[in-house]
Amino acid sequence: MTIRARVTGAFLAAVLSTTAFNGAFAADDTIKVGILHSLSGTMAISETTLKDAMLMLIEEQNKKGGLLGKKLEAVVVDPASDWPLFAEKARELISVDKVSAVFGCWTSVSRKSVLPVFEELNSILFYPVQYEGEESQRNVFYTGAAPNQQAIPAVDYLMENEEVERWVLAGTDYVYPRTTNKILEAYLISKGVAPEDIMINYTPFGHSDWQTIVSDIQKFGSAGKKTAVVSTINGDANVPFYKELANQGIKAEDIPVVAFSVGEEELAGLDTGPLVGHLAAWNYFQSVDNPANAEFIETWQAYTKNDKRVTNDPMEAHYIGFNMWLKAVEKAGTTETDAVLDAMIGISVPNLSGGYSTMMPNHHITKPVLIGEIQSDGQFETVWETPGLVVGDEWSDYLPDSKDLISDWRAPMSCGNFNVATGKCGGKGS
Amino acid sequence: MYRIIQTALAALFLFVAMAPGLRAEEALRDLVNALGEAKLSEMDEHIATLAKTGKPEVVAILEALGEGELYASKADGQVFLTKESGSNLTLTDPISGDSAGEAPKAALSKIRVNNSVRRAVRTALGSLTLLSPDRNQRLRAARSVLQSPDADALGAIENALAAEKDAAVRAVLEQARATMLLLSDRPVDEKREAVRLLEENGGREALPILSGALGSADESLKPDIEAALASIEQAQAFWNAGQNIWYGLSLGSVLLLAAIGLAITFGVMGIINMAHGEMVMLGAYTTFLVQDVVRTSFPHLFDWSLAIALPLAFLVTGAVGLAMERGVIRFLYGRPLETLLATWGISLILQQTVRTIFGPTNREVGNPSWMSGAFELGGLAITWNRLWIIVFALAVFAALLFLLKKTPMGLQMRAVTQNRRMASSMGIRTPLVDALTFALGSGIAGIAGVALSQIDNVSPNLGQGYIIDSFMVVVFGGVGNLWGTLVGAFSLGILNKFLEPYAGAVLGKILVLVLIILFIQKRPRGLFALKGRAVEA
Repeated sequence: MTIRARVTGAFLAAVLSTTAFNGAFAADDTIKVGILHSLSGTMAISETTLKDAMLMLIEEQNKKGGLLGKKLEAVVVDPASDWPLFAEKARELISVDKVSAVFGCWTSVSRKSVLPVFEELNSILFYPVQYEGEESQRNVFYTGAAPNQQAIPAVDYLMENEEVERWVLAGTDYVYPRTTNKILEAYLISKGVAPEDIMINYTPFGHSDWQTIVSDIQKFGSAGKKTAVVSTINGDANVPFYKELANQGIKAEDIPVVAFSVGEEELAGLDTGPLVGHLAAWNYFQSVDNPANAEFIETWQAYTKNDKRVTNDPMEAHYIGFNMWLKAVEKAGTTETDAVLDAMIGISVPNLSGGYSTMMPNHHITKPVLIGEIQSDGQFETVWETPGLVVGDEWSDYLPDSKDLISDWRAPMSCGNFNVATGKCGGKGS
Repeated sequence: MYRIIQTALAALFLFVAMAPGLRAEEALRDLVNALGEAKLSEMDEHIATLAKTGKPEVVAILEALGEGELYASKADGQVFLTKESGSNLTLTDPISGDSAGEAPKAALSKIRVNNSVRRAVRTALGSLTLLSPDRNQRLRAARSVLQSPDADALGAIENALAAEKDAAVRAVLEQARATMLLLSDRPVDEKREAVRLLEENGGREALPILSGALGSADESLKPDIEAALASIEQAQAFWNAGQNIWYGLSLGSVLLLAAIGLAITFGVMGIINMAHGEMVMLGAYTTFLVQDVVRTSFPHLFDWSLAIALPLAFLVTGAVGLAMERGVIRFLYGRPLETLLATWGISLILQQTVRTIFGPTNREVGNPSWMSGAFELGGLAITWNRLWIIVFALAVFAALLFLLKKTPMGLQMRAVTQNRRMASSMGIRTPLVDALTFALGSGIAGIAGVALSQIDNVSPNLGQGYIIDSFMVVVFGGVGNLWGTLVGAFSLGILNKFLEPYAGAVLGKILVLVLIILFIQKRPRGLFALKGRAVEA
């Protein structure tokens, strides 16, 4: 280290990117991994589980000898469900704690808030939740489902197997449901569904009085055509919604509800007896029967010391993302961001639904799509799955703004929004 | 070799002796075992074939299939009816109904069902159980026939109608018969009669039937159907308004429950208590704990769990309220801004404490049987839990009013809040009254939590959803006036529910807030303003 660097070291460390000094400053005996999930506030309900899952994965990896001969060390911060705080905490993780990669975020708005930080400080974020797509960023790996890996196959299933002709698209009022519903509406119309057979409904976060909406759904469904509800209702609002469905006697045989945000964890707070047959589309269910999943569940329940603790899809996404990162770091031989970013593409690791997931050049992964029906024990039973793996499509083909865009982060293109119509990098979107 | 021949001979002998019955039984067993191997897409056919045998055993088998209690042995493909007992399954032979012992779950695989299989089961059961001796089973059967009308089943329905004595079942059967008549190729006169009957019964279910029949109907029948449709739609519009009022009352009762404790702490005492929502949450968690104990130790008392939880929730949250008042709030009387910040801090502490103890995820609070389901009153669908919550909210309100107006403690409370120094010089121990009043307000928030646990999430965030609404109701109704809180809660509830169908839930809520802001500009002291000197104190 030069004298000049020593003199200004403290100042530079705060200003310059982590990677430039990774070798010099982080050359101690651990590799740090950042965990950026809310442990308090409204999102704690979902995100705390992911923090625990990451701690478990890191502990397991350390038992196997760590990474590159070093132990992994988790750095946990609490962004408290406060979107600007996400950006602040991300900056702290990267600049102060010098983590090699960050696993975190749940809501799209929190992801959007940290994007500029990861870009500026050139670090890596693994984002484990299904989202609305329309984004591909150099520093982010999206291990949750894009709309074509969840929403579209679910609608296809209902059309083919339940012969649904009338659609209620019900969602919480924010960016994920609005974008997903826009894509679904365009898709349904392209499949010949009349616009008057689509009802779109938005409710505020935490909506708890569902009487009017459920009875509207019932009315909409009594027009003589088979009706289904596609629910992008998020978080706390789901429990009162399902309770109201059960109380008003809407059975899955008559009006099935397929949900994209209801997993094993959400059902844990519900008596699922009256909900048997309602559906969810995910890329993983706890009930998937294979040895890798059985081992994962066993480790998780032992780690949490609770033999009733459930697993869910975003946990599997972290499992995949973490293992991909381990492999990429081993392949690159360093945790340096640019080298890992290059090494990530093409990495293939086992997922928990019995196959392999691969990181594609658009920073999305391949996954199978499963449709499950709710059972009376709070688990899902798979009733349908895609014959093969589905590649995450970041720019939807059904939206006019994004249908010409593709993303490929390999050299020489290295672009997240390449417009194939104009042949230029930088179309609509971010 | 000899042994094989011997067994074969014995089998042959047995077979010949009991051939007719045995053969039918074997055929049925084959059909049932085929269920275990069928793909989901083939299940419908298998169910139809089973139903066609018309055997009485089929009913139990199909019911078990619909409930997911039909399992196939992994070893030899035999299918059994099962009941769960620990990690084992108790097996019953599907044909003879004899017990077949127990087996570990791993040795059997569940026969998978999905919604289309469940529908097929329901239809098959409907036609099988129309003549069952059990009245409830016949009612279910009639309903399922009505839900999937099939002109071919008309004869069966008419037979069932002829034999039916029970009025409720008859009504459903009549409707099913009318529906099928419209689909069938019977003479126009009979169809006209059916249209008239459907119109009379009315209801939302008749609309799709009639509008469906309109397309294929005979020309001479069309005016009848159109007239019937119009009259049903008119009746529906009337009932819709009624339904909106009901939903409004129900939302109002929830608001009233959430706000009524605040009407004491904020309305009467003037303390801006941001931790009020957390008292509601603590009440809900008390309910969860009570149910947990009841479930594990006294399962037969489950229907009483809410009644047990009520006094406990009152005591727990009352005690927390008392501690809050004695520990923090009493030092801050007359400093509203500091009170606001301190109570907000307490609310965060309480939330995080609950999150640490119970975990961040939702806890399951069950509905007792008397709070589940719905019933129809004219054209109104009324759910039991909402009805009980309205009753409960009004009861709490009445009790509180009684306490404040008719008891010595209430008198002292009113005296202290109206003129503290005068009350003090009359010998009332004002600090004690303050503490008890605050504890009372908190305790009432706690019992509101017991009721709200029935319709909302039991999570650490439960309280946050209600705090804004509670303040809104108290301010709108008029600070310091219980009646104002009552009227405020119900009028906001009904206003919200009338706006929601037109404006949507998001915009509806915004509109209500805007209206309240305008209203407060006009009447800063709310609907029922206190008058006289008490206002200045």
